[in-house]
Amino acid sequence: MTKEAIFTPVGKAAEELAAPKKSGKKGASLYEKAVDLPEPTTATPAKLGLKKGQLLEMFESMVLQRRFEERAMQMYQKGKFGGFLHLYIGQEAVSTGTTAALKDDDDIITAYRDHGWGLVRGVSARQGMAELFGKATGCSKGKGGSMHFANVEKHFWGGYGIVGGHIPLGGGLAFANKYKGLDRVTTCFMGDGAVDQGALHETMNMAQLWKLPIMFIVENNGYAMGTATRRHSTGELWERALGYGMKHRVVNGMDVLSVYEAMKEMAADVRKDSMPWFVEIRTYRYRGHSMSDPQKYRDKEEMEEFQSLDPIERLKTVLLDKKMATQKAIDVIYEKVEEEVMDAVEFADNSPFPEDSALYEDMYSEPNPVFHR
Amino acid sequence: MAELQFREALRQAIDEEMARDENVFIMGEEVSEYNGAYKVTEGLLETYGFKRVIDTPIAELGFAGIGVGAAMNGLRPIIEFMTFNFAVLAADQIINHASKVKYMLGGQVSVPIVFRGPNASAGQLGATHSVAYESMYAHFPGIKVIHPSEPGDAKGLLKSAIRDNDTVLFMESEQMYGLKGEVNEDPEYLIPIGKAAVKREGSDVTLVTHGKIYHTVVKAAAELAKEGIEAEIVDLRTVKPLDMDTVIASVKKTHRCVVVDEAHPFAGTAAEVGYLLQRDAFDDLDAPVVRVTLPDVSAPFSKPLFDAWFPSVKDVVDGAKHVLYKS
Amino acid sequence: MAIKVEMPKLSDTMEEGVLAKWNIKEGDTVSAGDVIADVETDKATMEMEVFDSGTVLKLLVDEGDTIPLGGLVAVIGEPGEDISGLVSGGANGAGDASEAATDAVTVAATEPETTDSASESFDPIFGGIGSGNTTDSSDSSDSTQTTSTIDGRVKASPLAKKVASEKGVDLQSLQGSGPNGRVVIADVEKALAGGATSTAASTSPAAPAAQASTASAPASTQAPAPVSRPSSGSEKVKVSQMRKVIARRLSESKFTNPHFYVSVDVDMANVVAARAQLNHVSPVKISFNDIILKAAALSLKKHPWVNGSWNETEMTIHHDVHIAFAVAVDEGLLTPVITHTDQKSLMEISAESKELAGLAREKKLQPQQMEGSTFTISNLGMFGIDEFTAIINPPNAAILAVGGIRDEAVVKEGAIVPGKRMKLTLSSDHRIVDGAKAAEYLNELKHMLENPLAMML
Repeated sequence: MTKEAIFTPVGKAAEELAAPKKSGKKGASLYEKAVDLPEPTTATPAKLGLKKGQLLEMFESMVLQRRFEERAMQMYQKGKFGGFLHLYIGQEAVSTGTTAALKDDDDIITAYRDHGWGLVRGVSARQGMAELFGKATGCSKGKGGSMHFANVEKHFWGGYGIVGGHIPLGGGLAFANKYKGLDRVTTCFMGDGAVDQGALHETMNMAQLWKLPIMFIVENNGYAMGTATRRHSTGELWERALGYGMKHRVVNGMDVLSVYEAMKEMAADVRKDSMPWFVEIRTYRYRGHSMSDPQKYRDKEEMEEFQSLDPIERLKTVLLDKKMATQKAIDVIYEKVEEEVMDAVEFADNSPFPEDSALYEDMYSEPNPVFHR
Repeated sequence: MAELQFREALRQAIDEEMARDENVFIMGEEVSEYNGAYKVTEGLLETYGFKRVIDTPIAELGFAGIGVGAAMNGLRPIIEFMTFNFAVLAADQIINHASKVKYMLGGQVSVPIVFRGPNASAGQLGATHSVAYESMYAHFPGIKVIHPSEPGDAKGLLKSAIRDNDTVLFMESEQMYGLKGEVNEDPEYLIPIGKAAVKREGSDVTLVTHGKIYHTVVKAAAELAKEGIEAEIVDLRTVKPLDMDTVIASVKKTHRCVVVDEAHPFAGTAAEVGYLLQRDAFDDLDAPVVRVTLPDVSAPFSKPLFDAWFPSVKDVVDGAKHVLYKS
Repeated sequence: MAIKVEMPKLSDTMEEGVLAKWNIKEGDTVSAGDVIADVETDKATMEMEVFDSGTVLKLLVDEGDTIPLGGLVAVIGEPGEDISGLVSGGANGAGDASEAATDAVTVAATEPETTDSASESFDPIFGGIGSGNTTDSSDSSDSTQTTSTIDGRVKASPLAKKVASEKGVDLQSLQGSGPNGRVVIADVEKALAGGATSTAASTSPAAPAAQASTASAPASTQAPAPVSRPSSGSEKVKVSQMRKVIARRLSESKFTNPHFYVSVDVDMANVVAARAQLNHVSPVKISFNDIILKAAALSLKKHPWVNGSWNETEMTIHHDVHIAFAVAVDEGLLTPVITHTDQKSLMEISAESKELAGLAREKKLQPQQMEGSTFTISNLGMFGIDEFTAIINPPNAAILAVGGIRDEAVVKEGAIVPGKRMKLTLSSDHRIVDGAKAAEYLNELKHMLENPLAMML
C-alpha cells in the first residue's frame, strides 16, 4: 500500500475525488462544495411570526457584525492591535437567527470566532472594538482580546480558544440550569474542527445520559483552519448524534430565516423534554482562518459561489420584495451602522489601556490574593 | 475533638458543607452507588440523593469540564478524581479553563470548584498510578493546591477549599485514608488555605515537607533526636500559596534546611523552597539547602526497586546530617 | 588516491585545535573550498576548509577532540578505496600522518575523565550529580586545608560571614571545617570562644546546643572520636585552548626571558587637559589609553631596541611599530594589534582599538588581527591599579604596564597643588634591552606625555 492510499480520504470524499467534477470548471475545488447547503425554509416571515421591526433589527445586526469586522480587519492591518483575529464574516445569519429565536436568558457559549456572538448578545460595538484594541473599556477589560468576548450578564459566556475545550463548559452551564431548576436552554456553538475532539463526545454522552437542556451546534463553515471538513471528519457531522441516540438536525446557515425557524423549534423542544440536540448548521466563512491565512486550500470560484448566497443580501432581498423596507431605508441602516462602527473605532482608539495594577486583578476572587513571587 | 480516619474527616467536611449550602454537590467516578472508590463519600448518597452525589462515566475531561461550567453558572462542585493520575486527561479543563476563565473574561465569572482525590504513589501501582502532581498544578496562576498530611488538617482545609470562590486542587493519598488523627468537629472549624504548620519544634535543622511523606519525616526526626539532633518539622499543608514566612522563621532559627518532597526533583516544590530560601534567608544559612526527593525515574513495580525509589527515613536523616556537616 | 585531511594552522600561535563541529559525515561528497568543520583555536572558532574534492571516507576524530597541528582528522578519496594504511597506526609506513592520527586518538582518549560512575545508584539527596564528588573520602583532607582559594576568596557559609562580620572575626584567620574548607558557623563560634575547643568538639553531637549560645564556650573537654568532615568536593574545569596558550606562552616568557623592571611616575596634568580639548573637537572619544599608545609608539621609533625581538642567534630590530594591547575576556586575555601605531592619528587609534576590543570580547578576532606585534601595552588603570609589572608577550622585547591616573598633592614651585600622576612600568628582556636603554625609553615616553604637544611634531 502506498502512502497516498493510506492518507486519501475514504467514503464520500473519496468518491468525489475519483468522480469527474460536476461543474467542470477549471480550477474548481477538489470537492464540489465546501458544504452542501440544505434547502432553506419556505416559510414566510409572517408564518414564522417575525414582524417587520424584528426583521429590520436582524438586518441591522447582521450589517453591524459585518462592518464591525471589516473595520476591525482594517485596524489590525493598520497595526492598531495584534494577536489573533478570527473573522466571522459570512456566518452572521447563525448568530442573528439564533439570538432572535432564543429567550434573553438562554445561555450561549462559543469558540474563538466570537465577535458576532458578542455583538448579538449586548457587547456594544464600542466595547467590542475596545477589547480588540486591548483597552480597559473592552468587554473583558482588555484581558481577553479577540477570542474572549463575553457578556455574562446577558448570558453570553464567552469565546474560548482551545478547540473543543469549551464544550464541557457548555455541558456544565446546562447542568447548573437543570440543577437549579431554571428554564434555560444552553446553546453550545463550535466549529466543524471541534467535532473531532474527545471533549465533545464525552460531553454529548453525559448530556444525553443526564438529559441536559443543551444544544450542541456545529457551525460547519467547510474548513477546520485550512482542512476541508471532508478531509478531517469521516462521514457527515450530524451523524455523530446517532451513536448517542441524540436528536439532530441540519440547517441552512446562509439563511437567517432558516436558522431562526430551526432554533425556535428546537429550543421549544429542549424546554419541553430537557433532552439535548446535536445540530449542524452549514455556513461559510469568507475570510481566512485568521489574519495570517493565505487561503491556498480553496479557490475563488467557491468563494464567489457562497458570496452569491450572502445572508445579508438575502435578507435585504426579502425586505425589499415584501415591501418591508425601501432601498432608502436600507441605505439609512448602512449609514447608521457605519457611523456606529467608526464611533467604536474612535472610542477604542481614545480609550485608555488598562492600568498596570490591572495585571494582578481578576486572577482570584478574594480582595487581596497572595501572588507567588 | 474526635479521633477519625482521614477518609472520615474528608467525608465530614463534605457532608457539613453539603448540608450548609445546597449548591455544593459531588461528582466523580464511583462516588455515589459504590460509595466511593476509597469510601470517602460513603453514605452521602443516602443523605443527599442522586441529584447531589453523582456517578460519572469514565470521562475525566468531560466531567471535569462540566464541573467548571457548573461552577461558572453558580454551583460549587466537588469533583473527585479516582486519582490525580487520571486528572491528567482533564488537565485542559483545570489548566486552560478553570484557572483562566475569570482572568480572560475580565472578572465576569468565578470558578468556585474543588478537584480532589489521591495524589502521588501508593505502593506498587506502577508508573502511571504513582505520580505526584502538586508542583505541576502549582505552577499555574489561578489554582490553589492543598496537600495535607493529617486528618485534622484535611478536614479544616477541605472545608475552606469548598468555601473558596476559586479553583482549588485538594490532594490526598490512598495510603492515608485509614490514618487516624484528632479532628475538630465544630462545623465552623476552618483552617486557612496557605498556612503551614510547625508540627515539631527543634533548633538544629528545619525539615520542610507536605503530604504523605510527612510521616517519613516524623520518623526521621525521631531518629535524629536519638543522636541529639533536634529537627523542626514544617508541614506546608498548602503547596500554593506557599507559606514561606513559616519556613523562613524556622530556618532563621536553625540555619539549616532539608526539603523532603515526594515528587521528582526537577522544578518541584523542593526546588521552589530552596530557591526562595537562598533569596530570602541567604545570610541565615550555614549550609546549602538540601532536598530529598524521588529520583528522576518513573515508579517501578518490583518491590525492591520501589523501595529504592521511594525516599526513606535514612535519606531524610542523611540529608539532615549533611546540612549539619555531620555526614 | 586517498587524501589526508589534517588539522590546519589557523592562527600564528596555534599548536593544537579542538574539532568543535563537523559539517560533514562519512559518505558525503565534498568539493575543494567547502567548509567541513569548525575548529576552536587558541584565539577563536575558525572555519576549516577542505582543499580537495572527493568522498569523505573516514572521520577520525569526534567533536570536542583536541588535535595537534597536522594531526589527521579525516580521509577523503574514492568510495571503496582501501585507506587502512592511512588510518591504522603506521604499520604500513604511512609516516607522519599516521603518527599524527595516533596522536589524535591519544589526545581524544585522554580527555579529562569524569568521576561519575554510570552504575552509581540514585542518591535521593544529591540526585545523580555524582555523590563521588561530595562524599569521596579522598576529599576529606580538604576539610583541614586552608580556607582561602588562590584568588584570596574565603569560602564561608552566608551565616558564618554575617556573624563574623558582626562580631569582627577575620574569616581569613579561620580554618574552615566544612566541605572544601568552607568556614561554617561552628568555626566562627569556635573562634569567638577563643579557639579553646577542639574542632571535633564543635561538631560533636552535643554541638547544636552549644551553638545556640555563641557567648559561652562549650564546656565539653571530652575527646570524642574524630568526625570525618563532609566535603562538597571540588570542581574540575576543562582548560580551554585559550587558557592553555596563555599558560604555556606566559610561563615560557617568564621563565626564559630574563625580565627586569623600571618604573617612572608621569605627570599627566597636561595629558588630562589636552584630552579634554581634543574630545571637545574630536568626533570619536579619545581615551587616555589611545594617547599612551600613540606616545609609546612615537617613543619606540626613537628607541628601536625596545622595539626588537631576541632569537638566540640574532636580534631583530623592527622598523615598523605594531603595538598590541591586552584585552580581558571571559576566558583569559587577548592581545589585538594596532599596526603602524606610530603613523596613525589618535582618532584612528581610538576607532581601531575600540573595534578590536569589541571583537575580542565577542570572540570574533581573526588570528591576523593578533599577529605581528613588536611591543605590548597592558593597562590596568581602569581596574583601580596604581602600578604592576607585566610579563613580556613573546616575541616582544618589552611590555609596558600602565597604572591608573591618581589625584595627588604635588609640590610645584614650592607650593602644594593638586596633581595628576600615573605610574608606568616597563618589563624588558635583558638579553636585548639593557637597563639604560629601558630607562631612556621610559624617560622619552614620560617627556612626551608630560608635553603632549610634542606628539604633534
